[in-house]
Amino acid sequence: MILPLLLALGYAFLYLPIVLLVIYSFNASRLVTVWGGLSTKWYGVLVQDAKILDAAWLSLKVAIITASAATVLGTLAAVVLVRFRRFPGRTLFSGMIAAPLVMPEIITGLAMLLLFIAMEQAIGWPAGRSMTTIVIAHITFCLSFVTVVVQSRLVQMDISLEEAALDLGARPAKVFFVITLPLIAPALAAGWLLAFTLSIDDVVISAFVTGPGATTLPIVIFSKVRLGVSPEINALATVVIVVVSLAIVAAGRFLRPRRQD
Amino acid sequence: MAEPIISIDAVSKSFGSFTAVSGLTLAIHRGEFFSLLGASGCGKTTLLRMLAGLEQPSDGRILIDGTDMTGVPPYLRPVNMMFQSYALFPHMTVEQNVAFGLKQENWPKARIRDKVAEMLDLVQMAPFARRRPAQLSGGQRQRVALARSLAKEPKVLLLDEPLAALDKKLREQTRLELVKIQHRVGITFVMVTHDQEEAMTMSSRIAVMKAGAIEQVGTPVDVYEYPTSIFVADFIGTANMFEGVVSRHQPSQVAVACPELERELAVANAPPLPVGAPVKVMVRPEKLVLSRGEPQAQFNWVRGKVADTAYLGGLSTYHIELASGRNLQATQANLKHVDGGGPSPGDELFVAWHPANAVILVQ
Repeated sequence: MILPLLLALGYAFLYLPIVLLVIYSFNASRLVTVWGGLSTKWYGVLVQDAKILDAAWLSLKVAIITASAATVLGTLAAVVLVRFRRFPGRTLFSGMIAAPLVMPEIITGLAMLLLFIAMEQAIGWPAGRSMTTIVIAHITFCLSFVTVVVQSRLVQMDISLEEAALDLGARPAKVFFVITLPLIAPALAAGWLLAFTLSIDDVVISAFVTGPGATTLPIVIFSKVRLGVSPEINALATVVIVVVSLAIVAAGRFLRPRRQD
Repeated sequence: MAEPIISIDAVSKSFGSFTAVSGLTLAIHRGEFFSLLGASGCGKTTLLRMLAGLEQPSDGRILIDGTDMTGVPPYLRPVNMMFQSYALFPHMTVEQNVAFGLKQENWPKARIRDKVAEMLDLVQMAPFARRRPAQLSGGQRQRVALARSLAKEPKVLLLDEPLAALDKKLREQTRLELVKIQHRVGITFVMVTHDQEEAMTMSSRIAVMKAGAIEQVGTPVDVYEYPTSIFVADFIGTANMFEGVVSRHQPSQVAVACPELERELAVANAPPLPVGAPVKVMVRPEKLVLSRGEPQAQFNWVRGKVADTAYLGGLSTYHIELASGRNLQATQANLKHVDGGGPSPGDELFVAWHPANAVILVQ
């Protein structure tokens, strides 16, 4: 009797705020904390709010580009770390790859901003703060997560599979694309989704490196909330929760160990 | 003699400060079923991987069919390897696995299909062509791995512990099958194994390895009956050893004085050794003759007491304790029904053997 109760308490602790938020997104009242009956009108307001839609579209673009680039770079880093066991500077490299995982975001964001300003003065690129700078900053911290996910998959993979392919006449590049890549594909998919979710909800780093005309969705939400929470934000948050949950569930599916041997 | 298909010429391989193979020279002939036999860590797998090109020698060179393989990557070598884990590609079907090597050579599709069918027939796996490795048993995977590595008709097939992953019964059946397949395809097989029985039953020649070097190369009969070192005598089968010194030379044999025995030991076909040289004399358990009456011979017998017997069906093994405390192991074929007439623990008896059945080993 006590165990189900504890379980319920645990779930309530984790998910009650989210459930409340979702419920209030269907609130007819203009005041967020006062229930005024069931309504979907805030979703209607949401889809007509150009500012929010633009920001959402920008965030989606940033997240897709970030996830794709971070997956390519993170996979390369993982392959180097797992397959090339000895090279000069390996320890430094592995430390540098892991650093963004533990680095406070505010420092990453500040460092990025300083770098972009210095680069603009030195070589004139990137010109100002824009989507480009947001994407670069997001790739920087997302690729570490991809590397960690792909690395653990590569370590589990039987190296004699690659050796057998070499032995049967496939050149190293072909072995990578025909044998290694298909076998670690689930980790790539999981890494991509992870990078996607990290990018799409990032506020801190984006806030540093963004500029006029490049406002991502989390930044719009954040600035709106400062002026008082509107039920429209609840509706928006509900949409985001649904999208992110789907991505997380998909990532979990890809990462689940499959019977292979 | 024809040119060997593989010549290994003073090859060494070190990993950091560890030397896996040191200055090893060996020739393997066309059509042989050659085994590299040794305990784990003796360098046999490293040697095989150097033949495949998966490791590069630190020193020396390897010639395959007369061509120097130094710096030649695995994908350009005329050899194929069957891995201990089989290394079947889990995301491909049996068919695709077998076709993989042929595709790398850009064979036309129809020819690949015919060859794959031929290989799957050879290993009796045709009904499983569309399955994935995860849906096969261990024995079936082993067959697919064999078919895949033979499909390109390599000049040499390298087998890394091909039977180690199978259970005992299947392992014994598969031994004969592998030999049969080797005869049919006529390809030189080089096998790595730690199982001496496997090496004995399958190989035409065996190289016994120890600490990165070869102790002895020879036919199974050679290494069993005429080991040239104490290590080989001990490693292959069971060996009864006596320590002594050469006491005198006789027309067809050498006599060895052994302090712990009443009689001198005589060894036929012994190498020329000076009188006084310390040696070991080795006799295999099945060469020992047990008798209740005292033998008349001048040499090669000793009094003992049965300490223990083990009935193994076709054979019985007797542990016989000598006065010196040494234990001998004797094996006798159970030609008649055992009806209590055989030696039993506590019996006093005599152990004798023929000079031709003893081998002298220099310490």
